[in-house]
Amino acid sequence: MPPPSAAPLVIRPRSLTRRGAWPRPRGCVLVGLLVGLLGGLAGVSSTRAADVGAAAAADEPLAEILGALPEASYADKKSLIERLVALHDARVRAVLQAMLDGRLYVRTDDHRVLIARGQGAAGGEGEQSGRVAVVDPLTEPATGATAGVGVPAAADGLTKIGVNNQLRKALRVALAQFDLADPDRGVRLSAVKEMLRALDAEGQTVLRDRGRVESDATVKREIEVGLALADLEAGEPATRLGAVRALRGSLNPDVYNRLAAMVQIGADGNPGEADPAVRAAAQDDLHSIERLRSVYGGIQTLLYGLSQGSVLVLAAIGLAITFGVMGVINMAHGELMMLGAYTTYVVQLLMPHHIGASVIVAIPAAFLVSGLAGVAIERGIVRHLYGRPLETLLATFGVSLILQQAVRDVFSANNRPVETPEWLAGSWQINEVLAITYNRLYIILFTFALFLGLLAVLKRTRLGLEVRAVSMNRSMAKAMGVRTEWVDALTFGLGSGIAGVAGVALSQLTNVGPNLGQSYIVDSFMVVVFGGVGNLWGTEVGGNALGIVNKLLEPYAGAVLAKIFVLVFLILFIQRRPRGLFPQKGRAAEN
Amino acid sequence: MGTLGMGALAQSLRTDRGGRLFLGVLGVAMLLVPALNLLPPATSALHLSSYTVTLIGKYMSYAMLAIAVDLIWGYCGILSLGHGAFFALGGYAIGMYLMRQIGTRGVYGDPVLPDFMVFLNWKELPWFWQGFQSFPFALAMVVMVPGLLALVFGYLAFRARVSGVYLSIITQALTYALMLAFFRNDMGFGGNNGFTDFKDLLGFSLQAPGMRTALYLITAFALGATYVGCRLIIASRAGRVIEAIRDAENRARFIGYKVESFKLWLFVLSAVIAGLAGALYVPQIGIINPSEFSPANSIEIVIWVAIGGRGTLYGAVVGAFLVNYAKTYFTAALPSMWLYALGALFVVVTLFLPQGIVGAIGGWSLARRRPAQA
Repeated sequence: MPPPSAAPLVIRPRSLTRRGAWPRPRGCVLVGLLVGLLGGLAGVSSTRAADVGAAAAADEPLAEILGALPEASYADKKSLIERLVALHDARVRAVLQAMLDGRLYVRTDDHRVLIARGQGAAGGEGEQSGRVAVVDPLTEPATGATAGVGVPAAADGLTKIGVNNQLRKALRVALAQFDLADPDRGVRLSAVKEMLRALDAEGQTVLRDRGRVESDATVKREIEVGLALADLEAGEPATRLGAVRALRGSLNPDVYNRLAAMVQIGADGNPGEADPAVRAAAQDDLHSIERLRSVYGGIQTLLYGLSQGSVLVLAAIGLAITFGVMGVINMAHGELMMLGAYTTYVVQLLMPHHIGASVIVAIPAAFLVSGLAGVAIERGIVRHLYGRPLETLLATFGVSLILQQAVRDVFSANNRPVETPEWLAGSWQINEVLAITYNRLYIILFTFALFLGLLAVLKRTRLGLEVRAVSMNRSMAKAMGVRTEWVDALTFGLGSGIAGVAGVALSQLTNVGPNLGQSYIVDSFMVVVFGGVGNLWGTEVGGNALGIVNKLLEPYAGAVLAKIFVLVFLILFIQRRPRGLFPQKGRAAEN
Repeated sequence: MGTLGMGALAQSLRTDRGGRLFLGVLGVAMLLVPALNLLPPATSALHLSSYTVTLIGKYMSYAMLAIAVDLIWGYCGILSLGHGAFFALGGYAIGMYLMRQIGTRGVYGDPVLPDFMVFLNWKELPWFWQGFQSFPFALAMVVMVPGLLALVFGYLAFRARVSGVYLSIITQALTYALMLAFFRNDMGFGGNNGFTDFKDLLGFSLQAPGMRTALYLITAFALGATYVGCRLIIASRAGRVIEAIRDAENRARFIGYKVESFKLWLFVLSAVIAGLAGALYVPQIGIINPSEFSPANSIEIVIWVAIGGRGTLYGAVVGAFLVNYAKTYFTAALPSMWLYALGALFVVVTLFLPQGIVGAIGGWSLARRRPAQA
């Protein structure tokens, strides 16, 4: 932007050319072509412009005001702007915005006011060809003014309509007034925020008027808070008192800082606020804001803890089946998760144009990949080792090493990039102090859904019944006609498949690399043992509890130390209660 | 060891053919390896490089660690997946002494503070570093630190009757927690770089061939002594009780033995052996860092024992030598094959060789797989 005192700038092609950027060949051709056109068709273009001008002339009073703009002094421009606003014409907004951005020009030929497309007059091809795409605010639909294709015009035939700081302020207020009447509450809200950034007496009047008719509660509250903040500067203690009362319960950080300044003893030895009643009310407000803040802070920690706990539950819940129900120590569990994460990567490679859907597709795919790998491990190794848990541990650790190296050889030793779909990015701003990222939110919901699904499978299906029967008394189940071998394979496959699904979720949270599984294996075993072996609820509750404890400790101890504390706590807890939080009852002594 | 001890040893060795063989080979290796290193000229085909001597010394300290694991797993059924932690703690204790010995020869030349503390802008030695300038104190710590940790941990675990896979999981969590802790710079143990650049031990340079040979001999002697000591314990009355606990813990308890005490003292002894092994390992290798605490390392120790043959003591030695020789070979020749080979070893041994190599082959044919040829 030029300094406000600068005379209206006549834009010349050279000044438009970006420093050091040579015109591309295509641009050169275009320049030649357009220069030719300019010379040859000058008469034609002016005729056409005259036609349009005639049509616009009928469009009183917008055309009239616009016509007056180029010649007006800064003071006159201000009143012209006010008149423009008073028109309540939808096309005015584009004019005001363009003026604010320095994109409003007058053409020397015919004195028509035009809006240049894009930022400033420098947009696209116009830059190199010495021509600027312009639109006529009278004919172009207001909303599309800046996006419209526009008619090219010679840049050196355009003169910018200058603005100064005072005008800019007036323009902002005028624009905000427009936006305040917008049917979309989001636009209204941002308009209010924009106005509050530099609120003067005029702005206050505008806001007060709007506040009276505003129907949306959030916008209304925002206006009230803004006005009350302005009122704090008022001379009358009664007004200030009213303002302080109105600010009660606001989480806006400005409000807190302002109120705190009122009660604090300043450099001159006096508190920021002279009136004791107002000061007391402000102190009261501060207390209530602090209370609210700590409540929301607590909710935030809880949500973060839940999301971290959900990751633990995700990692452990497949293990709760293979280890908890079947009693198999599967050290390759982490690698089965890793397979799930790599499945996500492969699915994304296969459908690069549908990243949003790829994660959804990856869930069943990962279940199948890891589930089949699990069945293979069970049939190949684990079934020979039932009743020898320590040997199972060693053999499956061997499998985990082989899987890690296989992934290194097939993909690479480096982490693979897994993209995050748009619907998982960003965060949900609940209020001024409380926000949660969507991936955390989804991981909590996803884990809970997975848990409920698994619970339903175990409690409500035939397979679940047989799984529980086999885990309680293998030979009795066999005697009752349950095909125990088949049940073993399917159960192990189920637990492994769930690990794969967890891997899909983890691919959105951490690096997808050969070591992904290793970093979760200790944690997930601890969660299962902590919750109580053979108890899905225990895993869910235990994992989430550990996540929350971890997040509670983090502010005091840091992430690593918090994790160490949790591990030490778990070791001590298991030594106190070896059967976990929710022990299974009614089992005989082990030997 | 008095005459009574010697008598007991002679008696136990009479029935321990594998042990006799092992001690024999160890004795030959103690004489032959230094001789081949020091006597023939460097060009001779018979010459053993200092690198090889140190390598064999390293395997021997691993073998001690394997014996420590076999003692509790093979004879008492306690599968510890955290023995790497005791090994590393012993290593760190001697490492602290070696760091203090560097003195002004460090990069920053500080007479008291090790380099990493100067780098972290620490002004004085933390309290737990006091005393480590003295070799006897460091040696005491090599025994005390792993021993005390095992005492506290074991006391809590065995009193609560945590056993089987649960114990394995919490020992794994123990070493994992220690790994995380030692990775932190604030702990004062050099963060993820650990300790390195050692200069000398008791005034002798660690790089000198004579010192290397001495360390080798000390390690070999310690390995032999460990074997004999463990064999004596196993052959004793207490050893019988320990095996009874492995086979039927509740019966042993109901007969009237204090199962918890037996387990606890054996666990502590095993941790101390592991710590000593670590203390012998670090001066030879010249580095100790927190990756020694990683759970995977501890599981690897178990596989040495499983491959060699658990419950034999000398099987553990065989396993440690074989697996580590294979590791040295593969990581140099076929790096990407090493994890496949190790993984396959885990699977094959647990499925097809439940008694390990020693159990499967047995007897005299073992002689061909002795460490001296490795």
